[in-house]
Amino acid sequence: MARKSARDRMSNEINAGAMADIAFLLLIFFLVTTTIMEDKGILVRLPPWSDEEPEIVDLNQRNVFSILVNAQNQLLVRGEPARVGDLKERAMEFIMNPNDDPTLSESPQRAVISLKNDRGTSYRTYIEVYNEIMAAYNSLRDDASRARFGTAYDNLELEQRRVIREEIPMIISEAEPTDFGEEG
Amino acid sequence: MSRFRKKRGKSAPTIQTASLPDIIFMLLFFFMVVTVLRDAEIIVQVTTPEATELTSLERKSLVHYIYIGRPVERYQHIYGTSPRIQMGDAIRGLDDIALFIGEHRLRVPENQVPAITTSLRVDRDVTMGIVGDVKTELRKAEQYKVNYSTRPRIE
Repeated sequence: MARKSARDRMSNEINAGAMADIAFLLLIFFLVTTTIMEDKGILVRLPPWSDEEPEIVDLNQRNVFSILVNAQNQLLVRGEPARVGDLKERAMEFIMNPNDDPTLSESPQRAVISLKNDRGTSYRTYIEVYNEIMAAYNSLRDDASRARFGTAYDNLELEQRRVIREEIPMIISEAEPTDFGEEG
Repeated sequence: MSRFRKKRGKSAPTIQTASLPDIIFMLLFFFMVVTVLRDAEIIVQVTTPEATELTSLERKSLVHYIYIGRPVERYQHIYGTSPRIQMGDAIRGLDDIALFIGEHRLRVPENQVPAITTSLRVDRDVTMGIVGDVKTELRKAEQYKVNYSTRPRIE
């Protein structure tokens, strides 16, 4: 009796043996077509375009951290040649101005990073410079976040992030590129 | 002893494969989720630069790509060797950028339009001239959210 009912149940089951094969087939299809895209990058916000000449805002020189990059990918930071490797440290010091140096920015809210490149500057250098500035700001925001909330900036709630962003706003001004050394 | 022999005789040892489909399906779903079907044939060669301060782009339906680089060898007899702009699967000019963005905006619900991101996949050896021109066009088209696509730098 018991054996018979067991056999009945067995015959009512759908044979799922081929399921694995079908799934394998689909799996292989997706494996082959997959390109796990490195959809990562430096997210920026461009300023709006206006046809009129921009107003010349007279900024106090001490609040401007100017970076010029020429067609030979050489850097001029605040009028002096510099290396990309030093940029992060210098930018951080400029923004926070821990020792109240009269040549560095008055406060993080007033600090402006001014970036100007040539049409011949290589994209690699541009990204390196941009990356260093982002690194400086990210690191400063992280410090501020740890001091205020005791945790990394990435772990903060949206509202808390806003507080930090207002404390250390990222102001990057990109000038129209010069045109000296573009290759064809 | 006899009991062992008896048992072996009764049922052939088989591996349980009932849960195999489940495992395979799990893998399948993983790959389905992470897959991006190649949307465009690559005409220009792009090797993105390396950086450390990366943000991941989340909503793929809200991202479109503009490739800038030198045409690959196969297309050099048509497009030459100087850097060109690729949108979709064709080489397009600067004037087409506004149109290209407009097309994408039409495909997206209105409330999500401001979240549309342009991902610039630019070859690291391209000069900033053409990139600057593209940026200007994007600004004119009121497309302000831009991502410079980069690879993570391994230190």
